[in-house]
Amino acid sequence: MSSMSGTAYASTLAAGEAFDERDDRRASRRRLGWTALVVAVMFLYPFVDQALGIGRLGSFMSIFVLIILAMGLNVVVGYAGLLDLGYAAFFAIGAYTIAFLTSPGSVFVQRGYVPDVLQNFWPAMLLAWLVSAIFGVILGAPTLRLRGDYLAIVTLGFGEIVPNFFYNAENVTNGTRGINPIGKPGTLGSGDFSLSFGPTDQRNWYWLMLLVGLLTVFLITRLYDSRLGRSWQAVREDEIAASSMGVNLVKTKLWAFALGASFSGFAGSVYASAFQYVHPSQFEFSTSVMVLAMVILGGIGNIYGVIFGGLLIATFDRILAEVLRDPVQSLGRSLNIGWLERHDLTSDRLLVFGLALVLMMLLRPGGLFPNARRRAELQPESDDVRVAEDQRLYDLRAKNEPALGERA
Amino acid sequence: MDFNSQLFVQYLIIGIASGALISLIALGYTLVYGIVELINFAHGEVFMMGAFAALTLVAATGVTGDSSAGAIIGVIALALLGAMVFSALLNFGIDRIAYRRLRNAPRLAPLIAAIGFSFILQNIGIYWHGSNPITPPSIIPAEYRAYNILNEWFDLETRIRLRPLDLAVLAVTIPLLVGLTWFVYRTRTGKAMRATAQDREAAALMGIDVNRTIATAFLLGGALAGAAGMIALYYNNAARFQMGFRYGLFAFTAAVLGGIGNLAGSVIGGLCIGIVWAMSDGFMKEYVPAWGAQWTPAVIFGVLVLVMIFRPSGLLGEQTVDKV
Repeated sequence: MSSMSGTAYASTLAAGEAFDERDDRRASRRRLGWTALVVAVMFLYPFVDQALGIGRLGSFMSIFVLIILAMGLNVVVGYAGLLDLGYAAFFAIGAYTIAFLTSPGSVFVQRGYVPDVLQNFWPAMLLAWLVSAIFGVILGAPTLRLRGDYLAIVTLGFGEIVPNFFYNAENVTNGTRGINPIGKPGTLGSGDFSLSFGPTDQRNWYWLMLLVGLLTVFLITRLYDSRLGRSWQAVREDEIAASSMGVNLVKTKLWAFALGASFSGFAGSVYASAFQYVHPSQFEFSTSVMVLAMVILGGIGNIYGVIFGGLLIATFDRILAEVLRDPVQSLGRSLNIGWLERHDLTSDRLLVFGLALVLMMLLRPGGLFPNARRRAELQPESDDVRVAEDQRLYDLRAKNEPALGERA
Repeated sequence: MDFNSQLFVQYLIIGIASGALISLIALGYTLVYGIVELINFAHGEVFMMGAFAALTLVAATGVTGDSSAGAIIGVIALALLGAMVFSALLNFGIDRIAYRRLRNAPRLAPLIAAIGFSFILQNIGIYWHGSNPITPPSIIPAEYRAYNILNEWFDLETRIRLRPLDLAVLAVTIPLLVGLTWFVYRTRTGKAMRATAQDREAAALMGIDVNRTIATAFLLGGALAGAAGMIALYYNNAARFQMGFRYGLFAFTAAVLGGIGNLAGSVIGGLCIGIVWAMSDGFMKEYVPAWGAQWTPAVIFGVLVLVMIFRPSGLLGEQTVDKV
């Protein structure tokens, strides 16, 4: 501020652009309060669920996993601007890694290839995280030179091949029979304060998932403000400009791919362990597109938007479609609308994802809660703006250049 | 192990027929990409909708293999034409509703919209014909079902089969390809398309209605996809709402292999992919016991990645430079 001349400062004030620090602090305190409230409600939900006999903890667990996936994909698509259509592949790789390491049904365990240490949940989870990141690099390294839309198709193909492999390499993956059971975390603590993760301890699983989700939020928000995060945004906005400012394009993109993939693998390992079962059908293309729809609906590049979008779509997918099916059908019966009566809401999932993508692109390309910078980028470059800018350029030139016949 | 030439020729025939089919779909990708640089992700589903339209049309006429020859030929022509018109209008409609509004948006916006449409169309496919594979009504007369042209026409003593269906695929595909080439290289609209592909703004300055030209590309691509849908319906004797995904991916690979934006390239790429597909489905099993059709998508994907890494411009394409 001190370097600013008095008049300029005054005019800024007059324009109402100066901010009141107190307001800012109050706003951030309010935001913190809301966050704390939401987190507290989520931590207490299992008691409500039990008291009211709702029995939806399992659905919420898978919703949390889907939201973690959406946050991870947001790193790749939202921050780095790389459209990854095969994101579920890394989810599958994480889930199968932990299954291979810890399940008594896995060939690797049966043949004694897995050291005992790794047959434990926690080390296996870390390894699943790492393996997914490595696969992210393996896919990314040869393909990141490709243009954005080509990259999308290559990742799509990868996302198609990975479940295809898990379906068909039967002697390793059990094919369509899947792998079950999968290693669980051991009991934490002892005595009255112990947390065990048996089949009846769904509540503990729920809390674990919630913690994992919060950890992901924390990591990703820190990542966004890091040097790497800023490089991602620079690359997303203009590759050429970024690289001439010294950003290493390949390294930056590879990190985005690896970290994005690692979150997916991480989510996959927890998911596999919580539901004690992996099956290739859980990781098909529609899962990738569902996660993409969450990111786009919520607000590409804005983590809170993505969480909200994820909540909307995952809730529809895992709870609403099922819960509303019967009411909708009985509504159809009472209104005597034949197709509504027979209509199965759970068969609308593809339509919902598709509509979310198309409508958001047409009406609100930045998502429901857009990241301010991302919104500016996604705004179609309108002719009016261009004309206005050009006009300004001409005006400036006219002012500085001597008129015809005038001496400079 | 000896080279089994009979089996090889057999799968070559299958490969050429399915390659012709893939070419038709690949041309739709290439036409659109050449002009608007958009991977029309919904194209595979437009193809699927063509197959579904043909299915509905044939079922509605009630013609079967026992009907008169005239009725059978009539219903084939009707279904082919119906599927072409339906898919063309569908593709045109999608462009009109969504892609046109996103012309000046960043490149990923129309691509994401296209993914959205692909899912919407799949869901419409479920509403239309359910989620299980459907066998079309049989319109091929019984005596032709096991007919082998090589035996009957040429008196060859061979176990290689060349079915009328294989020839029919080519009989439909080749005129369409010739017609398209004529259209693009010999008509005014075709010239406008090529001009728009080269430089949209310059074309507009020359008085070309760019939006109409782009719409023509979508109509043409859709019509070809519809024809391919009708052919695939009878060639595979099945249709399913998910059929567009795999065909779409294969056809896109073919378009990239041939050099996306290049019409001849799409046909060559399509034939290559068709032959690779057929060989991987059946021929490789002779030599590698664990090989089977389940690995074909992986093979095609491998081809796609290799082409993109080592020759992103494709076999016939020119080197394209990213515009700043």
